[in-house]
Amino acid sequence: MIKKIFLIGNPNVGKSVIFSRLTGVRVIASNYPGTTIDITKGFLKIGANKIEVLDLPGTYSLDAQVKAEEAVISLLEDCSPKEAVVINIIDATNLERNLYLTLQLLEEGYPMIVCLNMCDDTKHRGITIDIKKLEEHLGVPVIPTCAVTGFGIKALIEKVEHAGRVAPKTLTHQERWVTIGKIVDDVQALSHRHHTLRELLEDISVRPLQGFFIAIGVIYASFRFVRFVAEGLIANVFDPLFLNLYQPLLEKLSVSLGQKGFWHHLLIGQLVNNQIDFKQSLGILTTAPYIEFAMVLPYIISFYFILGLLEDIGYLPRLAILLDNWLHRLGLHGYAIIPMLLGFGCNVPGILGTRMLESRRERFIAATLISIGVPCVPLQAMIFGLLGGYSGLYVASVYLVLFAVLLILGAILNKVMKGYSPELLIEIPPYRLPPVTLLAKKLYLRIKGFLLEAVPIVLLGVLVINLMMFFKIFDFATGIFSPIVSGLLGLPKEAAAALAIGFLRKEIAAGMLLPLGLSVKQLFIAVVLLALSFPCMATFVVLWKELGLRDFIRAIIIMLGISLAVGTLINLIIVS
Amino acid sequence: MKKMALVQMRERQKGKVVEVHAGTGLQNRLLSLGVYPGKEIIKLSQFALRGPVAIKVGRTVLALGHGMASKIIVELE
Repeated sequence: MIKKIFLIGNPNVGKSVIFSRLTGVRVIASNYPGTTIDITKGFLKIGANKIEVLDLPGTYSLDAQVKAEEAVISLLEDCSPKEAVVINIIDATNLERNLYLTLQLLEEGYPMIVCLNMCDDTKHRGITIDIKKLEEHLGVPVIPTCAVTGFGIKALIEKVEHAGRVAPKTLTHQERWVTIGKIVDDVQALSHRHHTLRELLEDISVRPLQGFFIAIGVIYASFRFVRFVAEGLIANVFDPLFLNLYQPLLEKLSVSLGQKGFWHHLLIGQLVNNQIDFKQSLGILTTAPYIEFAMVLPYIISFYFILGLLEDIGYLPRLAILLDNWLHRLGLHGYAIIPMLLGFGCNVPGILGTRMLESRRERFIAATLISIGVPCVPLQAMIFGLLGGYSGLYVASVYLVLFAVLLILGAILNKVMKGYSPELLIEIPPYRLPPVTLLAKKLYLRIKGFLLEAVPIVLLGVLVINLMMFFKIFDFATGIFSPIVSGLLGLPKEAAAALAIGFLRKEIAAGMLLPLGLSVKQLFIAVVLLALSFPCMATFVVLWKELGLRDFIRAIIIMLGISLAVGTLINLIIVS
Repeated sequence: MKKMALVQMRERQKGKVVEVHAGTGLQNRLLSLGVYPGKEIIKLSQFALRGPVAIKVGRTVLALGHGMASKIIVELE
């Protein structure tokens, strides 16, 4: 009886898409090596048999050279061969390199099926593969699939109980490559054809000068797109919904609550000019949903749409090679740009993504830089929300300050920390055009994740704030911090409460800052501090888990030092 | 036949790997990616200031750091 299926293959061959197809469990898949950093589990039912399916991180070999490979090997060793089947997923457009791992797996004697994925892509690239002959060479079943469309998945499932195996043996590296050479010559035919536009684009994006201009263009267009779509959604969808449909209902509720008292304070909050003001009332039914749905959600939608598109096309690793030199100055290498970009959506996946970096030193630097200097989407929405009304110079300055902190802190950490950072060694994937359904699924998954995570905390946060304000607890607490907040940073002492509440989620703090009537200089300082200082609770926990207690405390001390220093500096420099 | 390090090759030049001057760890990592003695490669690009090098091996495009690239010795065709 088969109890387990292992999905094993090179990085970026589509394991996660196959996994989703087999189990119905939706996971994030992208077109760059290392999207799956953890082992994902799901179940496949064949008749009455419920089989556990494990989606493993991609690996080029079974030599245990990097962390992901070690994880795969130890899992395989723990399992009895009678109960497990290995589905080795290989990229049909890159048969030669993929077969190296296949041979190693065969040598170990696992019951195996080879899944020849991305079969649709071979046609465009002029490749034909003789499946029958490949089966003969390998001695195990070979199933052609195209996971993104679902082609071949049924055949794959039918074969699970008929996996083949060959007698274990040990080849040397050289013998393996010789064998692969013979197999590839025999089963693969290449038809000559002209270079396509796609290949031309693939080519020039890894060249220094052309690549640089492409990168500038891509980043600029993405930024414009994110703002255009988000602002359009706010003006045409979310604001009308809140102002025209939701507000009249709330006004009735407000009147029926008598426009004051405990419940009115909690649910509706303060009335501004005898009316509800979604940005300032600060009630559980007013400001809390408005911040999440009308201020943050539009940016989440547009940001993750663009990120998903760039991920699936396969553009991101090209940024890694362009930025490698620069990131080395921060003690990282080019591939660190990927967790950093993820961090711009939400710091949590960004910090988890640092696992794709090899050394502990790199992971510490990257995670610390992300939590301090990379603003997440909700925070950025607040930067625009709070400062967008003034000259664009203020918004730009916030980014400039964060960017400067990132560079300086990275350079210092690189100098101070022991050890050195390993060099870049990555595969640059070919460009692929992702099907719209797959993009939509990924976007849905990320939006759902955001809503499930953010909405309860924001509601809770606003409740806590209102209770504390009602019972006048803040007055006592803020008094303690007033020397720092007022003396060094030049903010009113009430701002301390807002910054502290930012620990729950950054967007709640913005909701508290708005009604304080701060000057633009004070707002600027508060926003910079909000970005630099304590990350939100979720990031805090992940940072702790990923770094361990000692490094975590180090990161926090760095963070507090920088926040105070930068805040004080700005307060001294800008004369309002 | 002229031997040189990967970093000394010009862009678009073809060559055959003759030697990887590195410890077994890096040798094996490169090997599993398809870079091993006897293998033909094309250099795609190189970035200034000791930046990374991009090469094509079979159907794989690889980006490797300058240090690694200087350890790979190739023979020009």
